[in-house]
Amino acid sequence: MDVPANHGSSPGADASSASRASLQTVLGVGCTLVMCGVALVPTVRILCAGTSESVRLTWDLFHGAFCIGIDPLSAFFLLPILGLSALAAIYGGNYLLAYRDKKSLGSTWFFFNLFVAGMISVVIARTAFLFLVAWEVMSLSAYFLVTFEHEKAEVRRAGWIYLVATHLGVAFIFAAFVLLGRRAGSLEFDVIQDMPATDSVTAGVVFVLATIGFGAKAGFVPFHVWLPEAHPAAPSHVSALMSGVMIKMGIYGLVRIVTFMGPPAPWWGLTLGALGLLTALVGISLALHQRDMKRVLAYSSIENMGLIGLALGIGLWGWANRLPTVAVLGMTAALLHVWNHGLMKCLMFFAAGSVLHGTGTADMEKQGGLMKRMPWTASALIVGAVAIASLPPLNGFVSKWLIYSSLLRCNSSSTGASGLAPLLTIGLLALIGGLAAIAFVRLTGVVLLGSPRSKAAELAHESSAWMLGPMAILAGLCVTAALIPRVVTGQMRHVLDQVLGTEASRSLLRLETSDTPLQIVGVINAWTIVAFVAATFLLIARSRKPTRKDAPTWGCGYVKPTVRMQYTGRSFAETISEHLLPRFLRPRIGGQLPRGLFPAESRFTAECPDPVSDRVYEPFFGRWAERFARLRVLQQGKIHVYLVYIAVVVVLALAWVSIRGLWGTA
Amino acid sequence: MAPFLDPLLIVALALNFVALGVSRIRGVINAVALQGILLGILALFVHSEIGIRGILLVGGTICLKGFVIPRFLVHALREANIQHEVTPVVNYMNSILLGAVGTGLAMVFSSTLPLADTHKGLLLVPASLATVWTGFLMLTTRKKAIMQVLGYLLLENGIFLFGLLLLEAMPLLVEVGVLLDLFTGVFVMGIIIHHISREFASISTEHLTELKE
Repeated sequence: MDVPANHGSSPGADASSASRASLQTVLGVGCTLVMCGVALVPTVRILCAGTSESVRLTWDLFHGAFCIGIDPLSAFFLLPILGLSALAAIYGGNYLLAYRDKKSLGSTWFFFNLFVAGMISVVIARTAFLFLVAWEVMSLSAYFLVTFEHEKAEVRRAGWIYLVATHLGVAFIFAAFVLLGRRAGSLEFDVIQDMPATDSVTAGVVFVLATIGFGAKAGFVPFHVWLPEAHPAAPSHVSALMSGVMIKMGIYGLVRIVTFMGPPAPWWGLTLGALGLLTALVGISLALHQRDMKRVLAYSSIENMGLIGLALGIGLWGWANRLPTVAVLGMTAALLHVWNHGLMKCLMFFAAGSVLHGTGTADMEKQGGLMKRMPWTASALIVGAVAIASLPPLNGFVSKWLIYSSLLRCNSSSTGASGLAPLLTIGLLALIGGLAAIAFVRLTGVVLLGSPRSKAAELAHESSAWMLGPMAILAGLCVTAALIPRVVTGQMRHVLDQVLGTEASRSLLRLETSDTPLQIVGVINAWTIVAFVAATFLLIARSRKPTRKDAPTWGCGYVKPTVRMQYTGRSFAETISEHLLPRFLRPRIGGQLPRGLFPAESRFTAECPDPVSDRVYEPFFGRWAERFARLRVLQQGKIHVYLVYIAVVVVLALAWVSIRGLWGTA
Repeated sequence: MAPFLDPLLIVALALNFVALGVSRIRGVINAVALQGILLGILALFVHSEIGIRGILLVGGTICLKGFVIPRFLVHALREANIQHEVTPVVNYMNSILLGAVGTGLAMVFSSTLPLADTHKGLLLVPASLATVWTGFLMLTTRKKAIMQVLGYLLLENGIFLFGLLLLEAMPLLVEVGVLLDLFTGVFVMGIIIHHISREFASISTEHLTELKE
């Protein structure tokens, strides 16, 4: 994705189109801010008080009634929607101005507002019908946002993949709601909720359908293929919202459906946990060898959704086995990571968008040395990277730590050989953490350090305060959430009560007061941050001393060093991506390596298509497309012929009804 | 209500055959317009009590189907310099025969439908199905785009007749559905006629084949 690098000085733009663009921006951003501001009041009140409120209107068009409401679960998911959408709107207002000469901003702001409204409606819908309508509004408006730069073929392709994936997903969700609705005799959530416990087969089928349908939105492997395509294609503030908020709607839907069916079966938790673990492993492995910054972030989103899935799985398993501590720990970890990941992924996408805005490209191998040219963006990127790699001083660590402790509880409460599984999972989780750390060291190192690898990176400029401000707020929130983890998890007690039953929050309270050192984690974080800040100041103070002088980096004794001799992203991850990972996750290496004493011209290529879409979906759909191509005979291009088809079908249907009727009377 | 209903419906059915058998487009337009007015009047007889909403529906239907749309079509006829012959794919005699067969089948079919007792003996359902069938015939066997509009209008007339059965149960849905469908149909076809005559210098839909992939 290329952006005109310098938006400030476009001489061709006449005054009227410029003022129109700024009017559109002000209106678009203003609408989002007003919407979020108004909705924030009841959200915070309900999250703190733990009550729920709803509105019910009889309305024939909505198959029963038009029913919306906020309960703690909705409020919990509403808070990131509102906060992050407002920040994304402020950021996007400035970000999109770079396009004002090429595109009409009005339509994209229209769809942005529709997108936010769609997400809000998804979480406040109280009938399945309204939920599905809101879900479609959200998904379709996101499609129009993804295809903002529709003149590019790869953007159109990404939009197409997204559209197909989201509609396949919604088919499963639809089936799940139909099953639930048929049993309850109504599509209203309250009625479905009050039904006595379902038989285990129906509940199991509904759970599987919901896992596939909502998993497609949440990016669980193997339904994740749209994510790494759509996120890089969309404008950065939209990718931030999609990754930070929209994919969490999958988690919301899953939790909501689970609450409809009473206590889960143990295999639900195991399935979801295994799926989450697989998702996290595949996601982070693929993040290791992407060139596009936003694609790295997209794969990291897949990893984090996997972690949320794992935590949710542990929570369900604990709930099914009547282990309240495990259930509460797992569920709290999942919910906390929903918030945390929203914060840090938005921060990362904002920072990546700022780099894209400043240099005109998201290709990592064309960046370098941005620490000096874009210091504020660089700081934001580093803070985000530390948070997202789940390393100690920041908030990612807190939720990861909760997952670890829930796994340890699992281990201590199971007997015999089954106790090994949680321990093994802890090992894999540590592996995921290590790979995430490498992936983000690679990202920040290649982009921020070294010398610029291209002219664009050399001429990079820092973004405006409108873009830096939201990043600063998000970075501040990441730090705050890391310092007061107990206060943050305390906000979840009503949600836990609603999902797990009344004893849950008491159990959480016990956890907080007794041996669980959640507070200690906060203290550790605080001290690490203090140490880090002190060390930074010391380093700055030392570098101010006159002993320092500027010189080229030592070039290992080469006579003519060039910027291309630096470590690339590819070479940084080479050991892991080409030797450690299993074969199907490795990139495809090609080209001609230098040989002999006087090497001739040589090349090196590496491509890393998504293994699942490359090996599974594309052959599968390709084969079906070939088969369906035979039906082209039917496509004559004549309206009359098509109408004849319709007429024939209608007559046959009527004849069938008629014959059946005669049969019945005879 | 019954004494006037069946005669009026028979006139409407006869108009179907007129629309199929007339060779000049103006004649077809007149037949369809007359049928539209008849349908509006019919709505008055179907239900014994008619409120202000019913009156509005009747007025709207007559106005739209009887005057506005036909006038629009005549205007289009003049503007786009359309020849006055219908140019059918299937000739007039066979069209009428097909229409008669369809009407007969509609009678047979509607006798098997599980209708409410008040609607049992009426011609309403067979007339509706026969009109839909005629619309389909016109859509499939006439070349000119303007004839397609007329076929679509006949189709809508048939659906409207069926909707009359539901008028009491859900008047709003019937009104909205009918008017919206009509509006869209005429709108879309208007655009199509305009574009075909501009791009291909003729308004025969056969030339649309060039758009095939």
